[in-house]
Amino acid sequence: MSSSARFDSASAPGMAGRSSPWPARLDLLQSGTGLLLALFMWVHMLFVSSILLGNDAMWVVARFFEGYFIVGRRVPALVALTVATVAALFIGHAALALRKFPSDYHAFRTFRSHMKGFRHEDTSLWYWQVVSGFALFFLASLHLGTMLTRPGRIGPFESGDRVWSDVMWPVYLVMLFAVELHGGVGLYRLALKWGWFAGPDPNVTRRRLRAVKWTLTVFFVVLGLATLAAYVRVGIGHADHYGVPYTPSWIEVPAP
Amino acid sequence: MSAARRIQVHVLRHNPRDPASEPRLQSYEVEEAAGMTLFLALTEIRERRDPSLAFDFVCRAGICGSCAMLVNGRPRLACNTLTKDLPADITLLPLPGFELIADLSVDTGRWMRALSERLQAWLHARETEVDAARIEEPMDPDLADRIYELDRCIECGCCVAACGTAQMRADFVGAVGLNKIARFSLDPRDARGDGDFYELVGDDDGVFGCMTLLACHDVCPKQLPLQNQIAFLRRRMARAGG
Repeated sequence: MSSSARFDSASAPGMAGRSSPWPARLDLLQSGTGLLLALFMWVHMLFVSSILLGNDAMWVVARFFEGYFIVGRRVPALVALTVATVAALFIGHAALALRKFPSDYHAFRTFRSHMKGFRHEDTSLWYWQVVSGFALFFLASLHLGTMLTRPGRIGPFESGDRVWSDVMWPVYLVMLFAVELHGGVGLYRLALKWGWFAGPDPNVTRRRLRAVKWTLTVFFVVLGLATLAAYVRVGIGHADHYGVPYTPSWIEVPAP
Repeated sequence: MSAARRIQVHVLRHNPRDPASEPRLQSYEVEEAAGMTLFLALTEIRERRDPSLAFDFVCRAGICGSCAMLVNGRPRLACNTLTKDLPADITLLPLPGFELIADLSVDTGRWMRALSERLQAWLHARETEVDAARIEEPMDPDLADRIYELDRCIECGCCVAACGTAQMRADFVGAVGLNKIARFSLDPRDARGDGDFYELVGDDDGVFGCMTLLACHDVCPKQLPLQNQIAFLRRRMARAGG
């Protein structure tokens, strides 16, 4: 079929009646879930990196989210609830984003060929966003599943054991790069998509957004690598006592 | 004075109407002249070397949009692309996404006409009876400038050829279509409201199909502010539909 025949009068609006509001809603939902997940990813990284301040700092952060300092005892169900919420957002975002994936192998090949011939940064970044999103579908699902089923196993030793003795560090290493690339590019694209921070000169706006995006991506990747290295170090040191939770020396009675 | 640079121009040759024709790259060597554009290089090839070479041109001044083609993978107008800004090896391909006539010549006209019909890209006046003697309502000069800015589109097809979405999804209207709707949505003489425009582009073949790759903005030979216009239209259509 000739490409010129793709538009015909039968598809002219007004003939099919009122258009569905769902394309607008789905677009808003895709952007909204992406925004929440990307912001969560950054906040999550900041909390996880508390291990860099020491085991006690990480223990305090982990117990805080279990409500330990409010109700006086650990409630891992609170963590599971947060994980379930994030998982729902994640599944919703993945389902919505799938609409934008190449619909078949021919479309994929067409895009790849276009991208390679064109060598346009934002076009290539979309491809890597798709690849990283596809990887996250498996990696993040694995992580979320672990956290959902074992919400009480978060702490300096518990997490260190998971990273080293449970050999999850390769998963976290790949996931770090995938999530920072996907989220960073996603937020950058979101800002451009909806015209946030738009100034009189769109090229200046884009240059600034791109600089901010790469700065944040590099910052979080470096922070993530340092954090992962810290958990590996803790995990190696604690390998002989696998499964024993961390208790700060200033806690007289270990948390139940 | 240094000798003139010799450039290698590799052109895709194919005539889909000739059953014996197979797509192939044909190379021509051209001596670069001062101020030479790709259009001039192609004209020299056609006049002195190969009269069968097919490519389009009308205005030779970046106004008609006829001479758009892929230049080393990037959509450009041949008439306002200087060879001195390109490497010595130049590969020219016809614009993808449009019907190939022959070699570098594509039929953007039919595509653009079908798009205009589909998007009803003309002014829908409030009055059904036109009174040619009546003086037009005055328009704020700033608004007139904004409308004129978007009206500068020459329908060359560069934005469609550069768009990864349009390459994957044949029914996507592309930046040229979205720009048309943005233009009429600004015009106070047009009777249509956002609900009507939503009917036209409020789906995944319209503004919600745009993945913000922004190649359209980067290659537009008229430097139209497509990045901001598509975002503007997306916000309006999200409000209209959501």
